[in-house]
Amino acid sequence: MDVRIWTYIIVGLTFALYIGIAIWSRAGSTKEFYVAGGGVSPLANGLATAADWMSAASFISMAGLISFMGYDGTVYLMGWTGGYVLLALLLAPYLRKFGKFTVPDFIGDRYYSNVARTVAVICALLVSFTYVAGQMRGVGVVFSRFLEVDINTGVIIGMVIVLFYAVLGGMKGITYTQVAQYCVLIFAFMVPAIMISFNMTGAIIPQIGMGSTLSDGSGVYLLDKLDGLSRELGFAEYTQGTKSKIDLFAITLALMVGTAGLPHVIVRFFTVKRVKDARMSAGLALFFIAILYTTAPAISVFARTNLIETVSNRDYASVPKWFKNWETTGLLAFDDKNNDGKIQYVADPEVNELKIDNDIMVLANPEIAQLPNWVIALLAAGGLAAALSTAAGLLLVISASVSHDLLKKMILPNISEKGELIAARVSATLAVCVAGYFGINPPGFVAAVVALAFGLAAASFFPAIILGIFYKKMNKEGAVAGMIVGTLLMLFYMIKFKLGWLGAAPSPASEWWFGISPEGFGSVAMLANFIVSLVISAFTPDPPEDVQQIVEEIRLPSGAGEATH
Amino acid sequence: MKTPDKTTAQRYWKENLTYLAILLVIWFLVSYGAGILFADALNNFRLGGFKLGFWFAQQGSIYVFVLLIFVYIFLMNRLDRKYGYDE
Repeated sequence: MDVRIWTYIIVGLTFALYIGIAIWSRAGSTKEFYVAGGGVSPLANGLATAADWMSAASFISMAGLISFMGYDGTVYLMGWTGGYVLLALLLAPYLRKFGKFTVPDFIGDRYYSNVARTVAVICALLVSFTYVAGQMRGVGVVFSRFLEVDINTGVIIGMVIVLFYAVLGGMKGITYTQVAQYCVLIFAFMVPAIMISFNMTGAIIPQIGMGSTLSDGSGVYLLDKLDGLSRELGFAEYTQGTKSKIDLFAITLALMVGTAGLPHVIVRFFTVKRVKDARMSAGLALFFIAILYTTAPAISVFARTNLIETVSNRDYASVPKWFKNWETTGLLAFDDKNNDGKIQYVADPEVNELKIDNDIMVLANPEIAQLPNWVIALLAAGGLAAALSTAAGLLLVISASVSHDLLKKMILPNISEKGELIAARVSATLAVCVAGYFGINPPGFVAAVVALAFGLAAASFFPAIILGIFYKKMNKEGAVAGMIVGTLLMLFYMIKFKLGWLGAAPSPASEWWFGISPEGFGSVAMLANFIVSLVISAFTPDPPEDVQQIVEEIRLPSGAGEATH
Repeated sequence: MKTPDKTTAQRYWKENLTYLAILLVIWFLVSYGAGILFADALNNFRLGGFKLGFWFAQQGSIYVFVLLIFVYIFLMNRLDRKYGYDE
């Protein structure tokens, strides 16, 4: 059967499943809307957290990115998994014990101040909006490549689906659709990986195939072969990389800490019953995430080797069909600079004739490896599941920030339960529209903006939450000053080195502070936040006795009770 | 809810902090240590087709992360029982 028909069938079936779940799990109260009623099992929460976390970028772009970065791609692999250790050990159990609905709830109550709450709301909105725009774009891209509709139509279809289950079901609907989406996306990711691993190395498990010998009878290890090919073409050895140690260190740290500080991830731990369940769901979540994250680097190695062997020095006239298919999308471009009719794919930009977009490595991988059509269609469903699940989680954070943190906690404290639920649904709807707008008219700096989201989460929330739990004497003056300094410093560095002031060109990499790239600067901004918070709090009054009492209590796991307003 | 007994609570918290410190040191050593700072030195050793530093960076550290959380869950559940905070 044709790829397109397969795609319509598989994507159609998964969408029907999501909508069915949404209708079955409608939210009837604010508690169901914000935290799914607080009774989600650790297994379901682990699955949902994994889907929530793994975005279009993890699914579509990451393996491709790593296949061009080689060892340097480590920053994403460790950075986007190691944060769960921090989350499980330092944040999730205590925030669950605290028992509120949102991250600004914790900041506002722990620092007994609406200023702190407002700063936290602004940070949560900033982080979530920057992140969600990328997801809606991802939905559009998948639609346009596999179903040959226009990207904008794709974004709108995605909006309607998310709108349906996020607005109707709130956190409850999102949780159970995310469970289904995890299953779809991991199946879609693993099937081609296993097939390619088996074809290339004879090992069924890609994580093992990556370190095995090639099955062409040469007895050469796959990674040695790739190192050799890279050297021949003038690239750095695949297993070596080119980034400086300090930059690798800083980027990994910023991504880890940013992961632990992302509100849409943290809020998932409010949905379970007991502190014990919060710990367990963090462990399960990382386990489910690790399945994809240890497979991705294997795909990178398979894809890069396949690509080089297929195209390097080949007559352009004899390239396989997939090459022409992807050329029409503009993601692959061949420019015969020396007019010899052959494809020169080398490191030297003067001589190199092939331009390849990162995303191709996952999306075209099944075609390059000549897998059946249904596998290609499965990939489309998986990419959509990854993008939609993350978008929904982010939209919920945005809607809760508006209806709960701003409206209920500050502007209209007497609003009825029913009124708040309506407000939550209205703000979710508005958020979907704004996200859709950014999906259709993406700001030119989407990639920069995602790095910014992590930097901001690291520089704003992480220190405030950690100090709030582990340092009883941390007061509102310190925390607010720390969050403001951390956030502004991060914004400043990002604008100076990545975006440029008002259209001016960004400053060159040679001027980076300590040789740290904007992607890694979140670590520095986080340190600044910690230092400012500690210094200011040393010179200002201790927090009131009842707040210190709260800190004592969140440290003990029993009697977590139910999440309340 | 149970009224927190000062000294029991303090001892529980202290043991918890010890666990955290040990687990986080391991977390740091496998990721930033083996995966980044000492990766070049470890690359002189091999694990099948992998150079060891590269394996830690792209595979091993992630396995250890998962393991660390489950060890933490085990230790904390035991600690909760010991101090009567389990439910």
